[in-house]
Amino acid sequence: MQGFLTLVRREIGGYFNSFTGYVVLAVVLLLIGLSFAEIVSALNGQPSSLPVTQLYYQTYYFWLILLLASPVITMRSFALEKDLGTFETLMTAPVSDRQVVGAKFIGALIFYVIIFQPLLICVLVLRYFGGAQGAFDYGLLASTGLGILLLGCLYMSMGVFASSLTRSQVTAAMISFAFGLSLFVLSFASATQTGETGTIREMLGVINLRDHMEAFAAGIIDTRAVILQLSLTAMFLFLTLRVVESRRWK
Amino acid sequence: MHNGLMIEVADLVKDYASYRALHNLTFTVRRGEIVGLLGRNGAGKSSTMRILSCFMPATSGQARVAGYDVFSQADEVRRRIGYMPENNPLYHDMRVREYLKYRARLKGLSRRQSRGRVDAVMEQCSLTEVSRKLIGHLSKGYKQRVGLADALVHDPELIILDEPTIGLDPNQIRIVRSLIKSLAEQHTVLLSTHILPEVEMTCTRVLIMEQGQILADDTPENLQNHMNPEGQVRAEIAGPYEQLSQWLADWPSIAGYELVPGEGEYFLVSLTPKPGMDIRAEVFGYCQANGWMLRELSRARFSLEDIFVQVTGPKREEEY
Repeated sequence: MQGFLTLVRREIGGYFNSFTGYVVLAVVLLLIGLSFAEIVSALNGQPSSLPVTQLYYQTYYFWLILLLASPVITMRSFALEKDLGTFETLMTAPVSDRQVVGAKFIGALIFYVIIFQPLLICVLVLRYFGGAQGAFDYGLLASTGLGILLLGCLYMSMGVFASSLTRSQVTAAMISFAFGLSLFVLSFASATQTGETGTIREMLGVINLRDHMEAFAAGIIDTRAVILQLSLTAMFLFLTLRVVESRRWK
Repeated sequence: MHNGLMIEVADLVKDYASYRALHNLTFTVRRGEIVGLLGRNGAGKSSTMRILSCFMPATSGQARVAGYDVFSQADEVRRRIGYMPENNPLYHDMRVREYLKYRARLKGLSRRQSRGRVDAVMEQCSLTEVSRKLIGHLSKGYKQRVGLADALVHDPELIILDEPTIGLDPNQIRIVRSLIKSLAEQHTVLLSTHILPEVEMTCTRVLIMEQGQILADDTPENLQNHMNPEGQVRAEIAGPYEQLSQWLADWPSIAGYELVPGEGEYFLVSLTPKPGMDIRAEVFGYCQANGWMLRELSRARFSLEDIFVQVTGPKREEEY
């Protein structure tokens, strides 16, 4: 356990020791600010009956952040270790492969949660100026938070997996961006595939991340979405573990 | 506890996808030894070290460290080994002290222990004055010492160093070497190198590896004697030719001699003493007694370089 916690601390520290960590923070802060300004000015013109959280996820800023930031957050996790050669010192320390993969993932996830903290400030601003109107149901905030966290799990695990495949951070970022974008674009496929009947359409409907996120933002916790995202996360972490172990049978 | 062996390797085989790196490798290292693993690039040194440090398993065979099996008791082995891989990888974005502390904690030391040990190894490796510097900003010599400090920080029984002095300048090499020598009192050291004088200077035993096998296993001195049992003595002496040859012909301690005219009035004398004799002092004494000038007196030593070529075969050398 001590080894695991030490590794997680090192991971988070790594983000703040490096330039990229701050760049990601700054860019995400900018995007969140922009989206916030846009929503507020839209609401000024025309009140909406939808909760603010849901309005927010109808803009594409969230997806922009998710798709762009997650490859950059996760690209370093294994690729940098392999590039520096520290992979060897790491894997000969008395920690298990499982602990290393877990720590890389949790470290990335914590950083991901950190970069979304400015959203809370936006909520506080709205609450202060908007009064106690409907948008501030705690349940709604919690389910939105859960939605962000689940997508984070999925995209971080995907990124860590991509990073384990290569020793180049750029390649890792490109692979995870490609994965992430494809998964996101599949959300639209279900809408365009109206001609198709039966299974394919149903399947596409199940992996519609965009719908899932909107449901979370509307306060609906759909177990199908939870199970899908958690199981995909588990799958990517398992694959990462296999890749890390592969040095044993190469 | 156990039989005093730190490393026991038996019939170790390592296959990579396209070739076999280790062919039934067998050797042992006793506690307290400094053993040099010598061999050209690709001889299997790094593979051996990676197996011993539990980075990857062997294809078949047995390897034990301090009595623990590296395959089935990897955790016990890892706790007892300080390993510095080739090229000494480090995190460049961390500060020296921060890095060593992280490594100490990762290796299972408590917060208290790690504080004490980090201070101790920084002292030992003379890193105290750079403790707050970023590793990426350090010179190569300092980086190497950070790597060594990392290998030492959990006070392991066995220290494995893969090419610890590669890429350093002569001064830095000297510092790292003396550091390694100072470890001998409390630790067992296995180091690899392809720099031969290094082994001569630091190791108590040499294993010469070639194509995944041990070709020679002995102390540096024994290897010397083995290669050069007589120990030819060379001297340059200025004296009358007749007296010189008379003296040499009558001398019972030598098995043979050569006497050729050299520069000016000097003669080049090559002497082959009888086994086990060191005749250099006598040569000097005799010259002094006769009032002859003596301007060189040396014993030809095969360097490990020669031994290495002889053992591994000069033919293969030409392929490079």
